[in-house]
Amino acid sequence: MRNFALLLILCGSLFSAGLSWSNDIEIKPDTISETIFHDAINGLSSKSFTKKKEYIQAIATSKDSQALVILQQLLDGNIYFLKKTKTIVIAKLDNKNAVIRNAISGTDLGVIAKKRIKKVGINNKLRRQLKVEIAKLSLDSPNKAVRQQAAEEILKDINKSGLQLFTGRLTIEKDDSIVEIMQTGIALYSFKNGSVDEQLSAVKTLSNSLYPEVKNTLSNGLRSITGNPLSTEKQELKHTLEASIEKIDFKLGWYKQLENIFFGVSLGSVLLLAAVGLAITFGVMGVINMAHGEMLMLGAYTTYIIQQIMPNAIAYSPLIAIPIAFVFTALVGVIIERSIIRHLYGRPLETLLATFGISLILQQAVRTIISPQNRAVATPEWMSGSLQINPALALTYNRLYIILFSIAVLIGLMLLLQKTRFGLQVRAVTQNRTMAKAMGIRTDWIDAYTFGLGSGIAGMAGVALSQLTNVGPNLGQAYIIDSFMVVVFGGVGNLWGTFFGAMTLGIANKYLEPMTGAVIAKVVILVFIILFIQKRPRGMFALKGRSAEN
Amino acid sequence: MLQHSLIGRLLLNDTGSRVLTFCCIALAVIVPVCNLIIPSDSEFHVSTYSVTLIGKYLCYALLALSVDLVWGYLGILSLGHGAFFALGGYAMGMYLMRQIGDRGVYSNPELPDFMVFLNWSELPWYWQGFDQFPLMLLMVFLAPGILAFVFGWLAFRSRVTGVYLSIITQAMTYALMLAFFQNNFGFGGNNGLTDFKEILGFNLQADNTRNALFIASAAALLLGYAICRFIAQSRLGSLTMAIRDAESRVRFMGYRDEHIKLFIFVISALLAGLAGALYVPQVGIINPSEFAPIRSIEMVIWVAIGGRGTLYGAVLGAFVVNYAKTIFTAWAPEVWLFILGGIFVFVTVFMPKGLVGLYAQLRTRFSRNSSSDKLKRGSTDEK
Repeated sequence: MRNFALLLILCGSLFSAGLSWSNDIEIKPDTISETIFHDAINGLSSKSFTKKKEYIQAIATSKDSQALVILQQLLDGNIYFLKKTKTIVIAKLDNKNAVIRNAISGTDLGVIAKKRIKKVGINNKLRRQLKVEIAKLSLDSPNKAVRQQAAEEILKDINKSGLQLFTGRLTIEKDDSIVEIMQTGIALYSFKNGSVDEQLSAVKTLSNSLYPEVKNTLSNGLRSITGNPLSTEKQELKHTLEASIEKIDFKLGWYKQLENIFFGVSLGSVLLLAAVGLAITFGVMGVINMAHGEMLMLGAYTTYIIQQIMPNAIAYSPLIAIPIAFVFTALVGVIIERSIIRHLYGRPLETLLATFGISLILQQAVRTIISPQNRAVATPEWMSGSLQINPALALTYNRLYIILFSIAVLIGLMLLLQKTRFGLQVRAVTQNRTMAKAMGIRTDWIDAYTFGLGSGIAGMAGVALSQLTNVGPNLGQAYIIDSFMVVVFGGVGNLWGTFFGAMTLGIANKYLEPMTGAVIAKVVILVFIILFIQKRPRGMFALKGRSAEN
Repeated sequence: MLQHSLIGRLLLNDTGSRVLTFCCIALAVIVPVCNLIIPSDSEFHVSTYSVTLIGKYLCYALLALSVDLVWGYLGILSLGHGAFFALGGYAMGMYLMRQIGDRGVYSNPELPDFMVFLNWSELPWYWQGFDQFPLMLLMVFLAPGILAFVFGWLAFRSRVTGVYLSIITQAMTYALMLAFFQNNFGFGGNNGLTDFKEILGFNLQADNTRNALFIASAAALLLGYAICRFIAQSRLGSLTMAIRDAESRVRFMGYRDEHIKLFIFVISALLAGLAGALYVPQVGIINPSEFAPIRSIEMVIWVAIGGRGTLYGAVLGAFVVNYAKTIFTAWAPEVWLFILGGIFVFVTVFMPKGLVGLYAQLRTRFSRNSSSDKLKRGSTDEK
């Protein structure tokens, strides 16, 4: 579906240029194909789907320069007809009115009331037909991605006309990957319709393909081999088929693993972003900030609010939101530390309770001020869609960017902690607070800054999260326990602990999910962690040394 | 003389205990009398709704006692006591479900409604025998007890302490919540267990049964208090407090601190399970939300606001917070979370010894006779 949306966008952008151009010129009258084309378009107001099917066919075969636009608009549901005159128009609707223009001539017909036009209805069968016809027409496109999408669309439903298109284009096409799709299509056709010998040679080509249609066709082919005893030819075909399906299955399985790892790593990145601030504050101050999840939530709401303030800059909203969310949540963090947590120094369990109270207040504040309902945050265009590696593997851009973002945050933090004076002081306080104080480090300032830093990172994590899920008052709660687990599992010795903890939990979660279901996967992981800390009570990367005990 | 007997030592030898004992007995007598004997048009009549409500508070108070035992005396902040409470509740709920018999919506004599609804053909093995009251009673203690034993054994053996332990207990109850939400787990999933009809053959809706359950809850609270006091006053209790204050020293003196911790933890879980079992027939439902981490943290705040390490403070806190909750959720539900959050912050920052400590502080300030020693100890111990 995503692929198809991409196709639509591409087609749309490509042909909107052609459309405005066609508005200006006179349409050359009176060639025969032109007449057929016009008749076919006018016929679309017919009620019968069978008739419409024929007309769509006629539009497609007319090879008119307008055909692709009309078909695309029809698929998008923008083709209407005037109830009175049955003139076919392309319409843009708002609340009551419709801006219409003539579908054939392209001339603007102005604004009319919505109720005076009627949509040209299509059903799923027609939709399928439209897609194939659009794909066939798009094979001529100068844009490579459009051609590839079109070729894949035809491949899904290969038939005689598709075969002819492919064999015709094969010599013209320059792009290797599209040629491969065409060859797969040709082989698929000959497997479906050819003799046993042709089938045998087709299988050899097909066994390298990962398209689901190919595998289905091969499996069906294998099932349809009957006869007792089998002829030697059929015997051979059967063996080849079995071998090829096995090969395809192996490859698919492999890509499935890759996809799982990708999902796991992306979940791990989210957990890393959510947990790293928690780990730093826990390392430095020895307190668990139960309101950390609410910092995530505040960060996510920052994105939402920025999108509300600047509705025209959706594309930049995450980029704007990241620094603002960081500063905002860091400020909230510093305020919490200065006003409450510093009074509880040396009482980590009480701190836990107090911060939990804060989390309740923040949640309720958001519910009261904004809304108890979840809010959808728009995803900018450059973050939607996916990177199609091959037919079996697609990486969604939003997850990809989140992985990159979390790596960037991790590197930034490491530089901050290892290379700056502040980082040195933070590490000193983490290792031995009293000694650090004796050396003249203002530990109370370090506490406040660290708390602010941790909260700020959580705020940025919230911005990232807003691109994955809806934003609601309970957003933080959903991630906070997992973040705790990351800290418990990874330990607070250094950032690598958090990194490995987050990645392990993320990948393990995504691997277990298909086997056991999401909930049991969580339970299994929690049990695993409880068992794990038997061996290492302070996590994978524990602080070592004299002061580490208490 | 009474003060030197065992009962006297446990229940009567300081103000807090005396007040608690008196209140418990008074409630157990007055409330049923006012509900059953005094006619409903009289001003002194107590409605059945109030009986159930106060009965619920009594169960919460027992639960708060169990939290105080591990937090106030052992120094373990358990954020998972809701799990023990809920397990006890589920054991009772399963018994009550089986008592419904064929009076359910689907009239199946064997299977509870939700199992019929899920097309189960027979009772799962872990539901077998739950129609027997004694087995249920056993399971009310066994289920939370075993969980506490296994969990505590694993945690204390590897010396998981402090914040880590709190987080792990929270994860435990969270995991259980997720599991109990599952339909195929066999405990009614989302909806939990409800629509109970009768207990031991008595109609649960009847006033008599309600008052009996009320008296049972008051008795259980008093019994739980006595048990906790018995432990606290024993040599074991001294060791427990020693572990709270300096665990490694206790270990170096040759005591097996993990055994002591495990024992106290299990006892506390048993009390919580009993509280759950008494709670369920009174409120008429048990569902997985009882496992929710926020419920367990709320229990901790009852103890914190009452004053931890005093036992009667926990009881006081449970009553105060839950009464406030009842009032505010009826009056302005959206305000309640602000107030609860505010209590968390205020109590931890300004009232580390809770209401009981506040009373002690005020008393010392206003009476010149008190020695400064009392203020330091912050308790209301009598001479």
